[in-house]
Amino acid sequence: MQQALSSALPAAHAAPAARRRGGPGGDSVFEWACRLAGVFVLVLLGAIIVELFIGALPAFRRFGLAFVWTELWDPVADEYGALVPIYGTVATAVLAILLAVPMAFGIAFFLTELAPGWLRRPVGTAVELLAAVPSIIFGMWGFFVIVPIMAQVVQPAVIDSVGELPLIGVLFAGPPFGTGILTAALILAVMIIPFVAATMRDVFATVPPVYKESAYGLGATRWEVMRSVVLPYTRTSVVGGIMLGLGRALGETLAVTFVIGNANRVSTTLFGPGNTIASLVALEFGEAGEGSLKLSALLALGFILFVLSFIVLAISRLLLRPRAKGA
Amino acid sequence: MSLMTKMLATAALGCLVAFPAAAQQITGAGASFPNPVYQKWGEAAQKAISIQLNYQSIGSGGGQTQIKNRTVDFGASDAPMTDAALKEANLLQFPAVMGAVVAIVNLPGVADNQLKLTGDVLTDIYLGKVAKWNDPKIAALNEGVTLPGLAIAPVYRADGSGTTFVWASYLSAASPEWKGKVGVGTSVRFPAGTGSKGNEGVAGTVRNTRGAIGYVENAYATQNKLVSTQLRNKAGSFVSPSTESFVAAAQNADWSTPNFAANLIDQPGATSWPIVSPTFILLPKDPKDPARTAAVLKFFDWAFSNGGKLAQDLEYIPLPDTVQAAVRDAWKAEIKGPDGRSLASQ
Repeated sequence: MQQALSSALPAAHAAPAARRRGGPGGDSVFEWACRLAGVFVLVLLGAIIVELFIGALPAFRRFGLAFVWTELWDPVADEYGALVPIYGTVATAVLAILLAVPMAFGIAFFLTELAPGWLRRPVGTAVELLAAVPSIIFGMWGFFVIVPIMAQVVQPAVIDSVGELPLIGVLFAGPPFGTGILTAALILAVMIIPFVAATMRDVFATVPPVYKESAYGLGATRWEVMRSVVLPYTRTSVVGGIMLGLGRALGETLAVTFVIGNANRVSTTLFGPGNTIASLVALEFGEAGEGSLKLSALLALGFILFVLSFIVLAISRLLLRPRAKGA
Repeated sequence: MSLMTKMLATAALGCLVAFPAAAQQITGAGASFPNPVYQKWGEAAQKAISIQLNYQSIGSGGGQTQIKNRTVDFGASDAPMTDAALKEANLLQFPAVMGAVVAIVNLPGVADNQLKLTGDVLTDIYLGKVAKWNDPKIAALNEGVTLPGLAIAPVYRADGSGTTFVWASYLSAASPEWKGKVGVGTSVRFPAGTGSKGNEGVAGTVRNTRGAIGYVENAYATQNKLVSTQLRNKAGSFVSPSTESFVAAAQNADWSTPNFAANLIDQPGATSWPIVSPTFILLPKDPKDPARTAAVLKFFDWAFSNGGKLAQDLEYIPLPDTVQAAVRDAWKAEIKGPDGRSLASQ
């Protein structure tokens, strides 16, 4: 793609001279329009960060850094802390990654190594289509299909079997609401699988065939080739793709709101209800009056989410860079 | 261009003068609880008196903000604003319609309006202190009903909402412990249970979860055929949610409070339903655009006189006649144009 672009560029410079009609002004107008568009994005991003921070300032002033590790979220007493949504956001996103990565790896491995040619395109397209499903659909599917199954089948069975065990039992205790951290992580996992799988498939495809063929020639099995040749070659890009999925999981709002249980308490059990930053902000925004401390606390949450996502995205960029340049 | 606009404006004005029936637009924003009835009134009023209402159900907090900034013609809020806040923003507050909140349960073998509960027990359930359905406290109220040994799963509104405000007001009235520990607000810190978004979310979660209890507007309970419960009112008798018990509560309430901020929670009277609440409209006393504010008054005047049936169809409760009269008096006295004359039509 980039190569095609760069080779096309000199030609594009040369061609208009012959059939230019807009006069010499046309080029510079076009150039400035593009430059403006580019700068606009930068300014917009900066403005959002600054606006968020200014809005969040009263909350940061009032609660200080303790805002980040205070559990209390009490709109009546006007006392706010971010621990519950931060915990919920990180817990669901990390769990989702743990669930999604093996699945995505399987899809990518199947598509690049195992699938017969005629199956590659339909499965590949299906994975891409999955990425295009609006999150409200996942939310409703989660609420109406997954939650009842969790509440009536999965959770009672798990609670009865391992709920009493020492150590792990704590993770699976509590009443079977069906909603909760685990259900939210499940839905998120389904939502990010296509992203992670598509990235993995693309980077697996970048491995020069001669490497793989050499390994096969030495008698390696498919799994050995994957583990000793493909994975080492694509390691950073794979991690980058996973981080991209993590970034998406962190910011997901609607689907999570439906299934997480929306309780502003830290629960140690995976079946317990929780809340995420994005979900809490979406739920409480309508009833936060202008200039209120609550609104400021919500904006502060937004700012924290921004920072979290920014860190994750920065890491993914960093890891994806070398491969994208073809190094 | 500007000449064109002027001509158009003059023409439009001419039309207004010549045919007073030309559609006048008014905008409102706020509470989601009365949204269905405002939309219905809007549709009917467009046909009847040519006032076109554009109401955005963005939540009570948003409604208060927007009317303070005067970006809409009227604001709507479930929770009444304090006297000081109303004075500061120079707003008139009046009730538009009333609604009732009911408790819904998912208990195998328990029929609609069979289970009897009290405010006290509901508070204990929502505080997480009563955790099983066969708790002696619940069993004592329900002799003859077989209560399963299921865990109680309290469900609440996760989004800030007027319904939560009304519900928390009731629990606060019923229990000093709730008042001290949790308090009243459009979103409060629920010590137990799980949250869902919107009335439909609460209804859905209760339907999905065995042993769940939740609270919704009465309209949702009737339309979705949910299992509601009886409640004990202030007079000590158990009542089922019904139009009669809602109206009884409204009749027995004291409406002479400042800014019409009447408390309809736990009213006296043997047949009163204990959880009824008015929802409020906020109007600027110094209208920027007197014509639009006059249209808002005309709209609500029409809705009071003709919208009662529509409201009842949607399970809302129209205001008693005496309250409507008092509200009309307040319009005349308080909403004035720049010339100092009242904007109310009669």
